[in-house]
Amino acid sequence: MSFSLFSARWNPYFAGALVGILAVLSVVVTTLIIDKPKYLGASTTFVRASGLAEQLVAPEHVAENAYFQKTKVKIDWQMMFVVGIFGGALLASKLGQSAKFETVPPIWEKRFGRNPTVRAIGAFIGGAILLFGARLASGCPSGHGLSGNMQLAVSGLIALVFFMVSGIFTARLIYGKGGH
Amino acid sequence: MEQVIGLVTGLLFGFLLQKGEVLRFERQVGFMLLKDMTIIKFMMTAVLVGMVGIYACHTIGLISLSIKATNLAAIAVGGLLFGIGWAIAGYCPGTSVGALAEGRIHALWAILGMLAGAALYAEAYPLMKKTLLTWGNFGAITLPQVLGLSPWVVVVSFILVGLGLFAWFEKKGL
Repeated sequence: MSFSLFSARWNPYFAGALVGILAVLSVVVTTLIIDKPKYLGASTTFVRASGLAEQLVAPEHVAENAYFQKTKVKIDWQMMFVVGIFGGALLASKLGQSAKFETVPPIWEKRFGRNPTVRAIGAFIGGAILLFGARLASGCPSGHGLSGNMQLAVSGLIALVFFMVSGIFTARLIYGKGGH
Repeated sequence: MEQVIGLVTGLLFGFLLQKGEVLRFERQVGFMLLKDMTIIKFMMTAVLVGMVGIYACHTIGLISLSIKATNLAAIAVGGLLFGIGWAIAGYCPGTSVGALAEGRIHALWAILGMLAGAALYAEAYPLMKKTLLTWGNFGAITLPQVLGLSPWVVVVSFILVGLGLFAWFEKKGL
């Protein structure tokens, strides 16, 4: 197993352990420098980004909405963190030559065919349902799954169990036993 | 400054997600079909290493915790919805942007869907605030508090369970 920046794949335990260290460093560094502990999370950014987009067409509506008021529509630490994920993944895939152009993933193709429009509709609907759910639950696999659980939060553990049980049940229902 | 730190942290996180191969639809749905535990190995290792670091830093007073409230009804309904959408989309919010970066173009539709879902939630929030979000709210609680144990007992227990699971995954070739 190679851990060079140019290798296509790192052992998941190794990459995961580094994420654990990164998550702790993030909290320590943000506490020391900006005096606010920043635990990793991603889903609130989608609320802020949709608020920024809505502001272009209906600024009064965004200003009056209670959730946008509570979340504060702005480019903050977490939004730049999500932008960074894009950049980091791009760099890693270039260095490791592991980028792959994909319009329809294999498991999906096996069940729904190779039409990219059907996949696009599925991805859109799935994305809408999951983000609505993540905000209702106050977090996603980053905010609850990683950050909540490393703080031993009761909410993090319960949320992760619901995410997984529901995902496993739904996946079995739509893709069947075969998958591959 | 806050934004610069966020960007650098995200760059490192995205780099590790890509090298760990957890960005892929096949890995995410592969877990949900219980055929591929890559994302669980990645996530559980991160959590186990993270909990040791977080509680070590917290014990010496270096950092404060940021615990989300345990509002049972909202977490249960939101969690169930999340799982349904996750299985269909094959991405979660953090991995979707990274997947797009490594060429999985269809992740773009999932991202647009997530933005639509966020806008929908903003409209539904006043109703949720009066209903689901108030049902079964136990506030910001941690496992050590609820169990009446030292955090270190809980941390060590999780590590032992985690190592047991990892051994089982490797034995089964998952």
